Amino acid sequence: MAAKVLEKEQLSENVFKLVFEAKKIAKKRKPGQFVVIRIHEEGERIPLTIADADPEKGTVTVIFQTVGKTTTHLSGLDVGDEILDLVGPMGKPTHIEKVGTVVCIGGGVGVPCVYPIARGMREAGNHVIAIVGARNKDLILMEDEMKAVSNELLIATDDGSYGFHGFVSQALEEECIKKGKKIDHVVAVGPVPMMMAVCNTTKKYNIPTIVSLNSIMVDATGMCGACRVSVGGKTRFACVDGPEFDGHEVDFKQLIDRQRIYLDEEKQSMDHYCSCKQGKGGK
Amino acid sequence: MDMKERMKLPRHPMPEQDPKVRARNFDEVPLGYTPETAKEEALRCIQCKKPTCIEGCPVEIDIPGFIKLVAEGDFLGAARKIKEKNALPAICGRVCPQEDQCEVLCVRGKKGEPVAIGRLERFVADYERKQGEVSIPEISSSTGKKIAIVGSGPAGLTVAGDLIKLGHEVTIFEALHKPGGVLVYGIPEFRLPKAIVASEIDYLKKIGVKVETSNVIGKISTIDELFEEGYDAVFLGTGAGLPTFMNIPGENLDGIYSANEYLTRSNLMKAYLFPEYDTPIVKGKNVAVIGGGNVAMDSARTALRLGADNVYLVYRRSRKEMPARAEEAHHAEEEGIQFHLLTAPTSYIGNEKGWVIGMECLRMELGEPDASGRRRPVPIKGSEYVIDVDTVVVAIGTGANPLIQSTTPGLDTNKRGYIIADEEAGQTSREGVYAGGDIVTGSATVILAMGAGRKAATAIHKYVMNK
Repeated sequence: MAAKVLEKEQLSENVFKLVFEAKKIAKKRKPGQFVVIRIHEEGERIPLTIADADPEKGTVTVIFQTVGKTTTHLSGLDVGDEILDLVGPMGKPTHIEKVGTVVCIGGGVGVPCVYPIARGMREAGNHVIAIVGARNKDLILMEDEMKAVSNELLIATDDGSYGFHGFVSQALEEECIKKGKKIDHVVAVGPVPMMMAVCNTTKKYNIPTIVSLNSIMVDATGMCGACRVSVGGKTRFACVDGPEFDGHEVDFKQLIDRQRIYLDEEKQSMDHYCSCKQGKGGK
Repeated sequence: MDMKERMKLPRHPMPEQDPKVRARNFDEVPLGYTPETAKEEALRCIQCKKPTCIEGCPVEIDIPGFIKLVAEGDFLGAARKIKEKNALPAICGRVCPQEDQCEVLCVRGKKGEPVAIGRLERFVADYERKQGEVSIPEISSSTGKKIAIVGSGPAGLTVAGDLIKLGHEVTIFEALHKPGGVLVYGIPEFRLPKAIVASEIDYLKKIGVKVETSNVIGKISTIDELFEEGYDAVFLGTGAGLPTFMNIPGENLDGIYSANEYLTRSNLMKAYLFPEYDTPIVKGKNVAVIGGGNVAMDSARTALRLGADNVYLVYRRSRKEMPARAEEAHHAEEEGIQFHLLTAPTSYIGNEKGWVIGMECLRMELGEPDASGRRRPVPIKGSEYVIDVDTVVVAIGTGANPLIQSTTPGLDTNKRGYIIADEEAGQTSREGVYAGGDIVTGSATVILAMGAGRKAATAIHKYVMNK
């Protein structure tokens, strides 16, 4: 169904927040779930994690980075604009229960995805340590929001411009594990190399770790298999079996390969979009 | 024309695009009869007193009845006659396996060739659509009953068409952004133009059917919630939306698709028009399609049209056991699809970037018949060989998508996950919940799904009126 943009905010150079009107989805969605959007008739379907929702106002928030044609187009929408389709809530919700201390790690644009999970974990009575990472200080997202839903907040930047100097996986090891904090569970969402690094760390210490996978999807209802991933040697569909899986079982190498299937086409599509935009105001 | 002359008339061939030309475009392959050809073909029907052809039709169209009207030149009357039983004639005229249904039972086929019933059905429906005089049937006065239909494929559309005429309030919920189910995501443009599907659906909307796209039942609402919202009955026609893979090494390499994905990208998302449309598809040069059904033929012919140099159709049995319609296999071969029969892939070979570059195959021979009655393929030892490929489409069937079943307590399924529904009425283990089409039978045909929809609609009507 069509959905109207109610609010828009630019969070960093390439990261945008859009609040859509979506009454039913706002009521139904749970942490960890996503929506699929299609902007216009010629548009593709892309999955976006639900960063937040307000069941009273009937709104759903997505936060995304402009990486290709569709996200660039999306970032150009204004309040009052409509997209043709907003479908959801898709995927299985995060399994939330009280386990003790949970570290919720968000890297880059993974932070908005881990935010509802952190809040859910906290509400379930867990001690939540949040680790928020990015390449530099300017790219750190949702610091205040993450602070509000965690007991402890750690910031990590690759260049050391803010907080811990290093990757979130290193912050986890140096600042939490090695300092003797007893960690029962880790949730990590972000770029695949980041999730892989976190899993390599937690594997060493035998800490159960859940990751949320951003595979390429088409229908996102389990019909096409585009999003298939190897988990523990078995083929699973991220859209309906996931998007969250046991990070220690995921074949990240294969996931990285599969995310690169359309690199050439993505560039071509972007070039086409830019030339159209110059010519006739884009579509 | 007297009977003797009529008996002498040969079956009129279907004019088609030249194979060399059509192999590079997405336009429809058969071009359709002219009114003159249609009338003459209709004269071949001898108007049997006890027409056996009707027995072969899952929705029991009055075949001699509509053909008589065609012979008389009353094409719009013929269209009305068909629509008494079939709301989707332009579609059925194109994709029904008539050679196994009505036409196989045609008396004319005993000593010669059967009347081209499918081609006439298609002609009549197209004629009506082109005239812009689509007839609106009589709608009964409102019953005040609300029916929810999940899935807008052939089964759901048939149920909707039948129940709206009986005066019920009908809403179809479709998970994708366009209604039509397999008719829009699965069957390619060159076999079933999407404008035709859209116009058949517009017809249903015109007579009052509500269509809610982008609604994934099982996620946004459960079946129980639909009842809470006031629906009196629910029909499940969700199709067989779960791709099957072979689970052989390398199957997740880049460039390997399920047929569902390949066809959805091309048909629903119009990836063949990339970059005008945003969705990309891999345009392979050497493409292997695994399987021998209609979906495999559709995939192979799509690959060719996307610009492949070589398209191999790899099937583990022989031509005789192929489940595809004879016409589809014939069209595929005419266009240059290379059949590798009695061959099965055993593994895929990838390069350092994770892209498929080769497919190791094993030759087969036919052994004893298996449970399906077809001779079982048996591997020939030491017959391994490698085919160079850069794209593979796995078209070996589909399974039951579990989204609804897993969120509907008390809805019984069989061990393969399909919904259990009785054959006569589509009644499931839940009161007020009916099901039909591929989600009950597993992958079958459009017309069988429509037949199941017809029966379920009758049962639903009875149920809600007695409630």
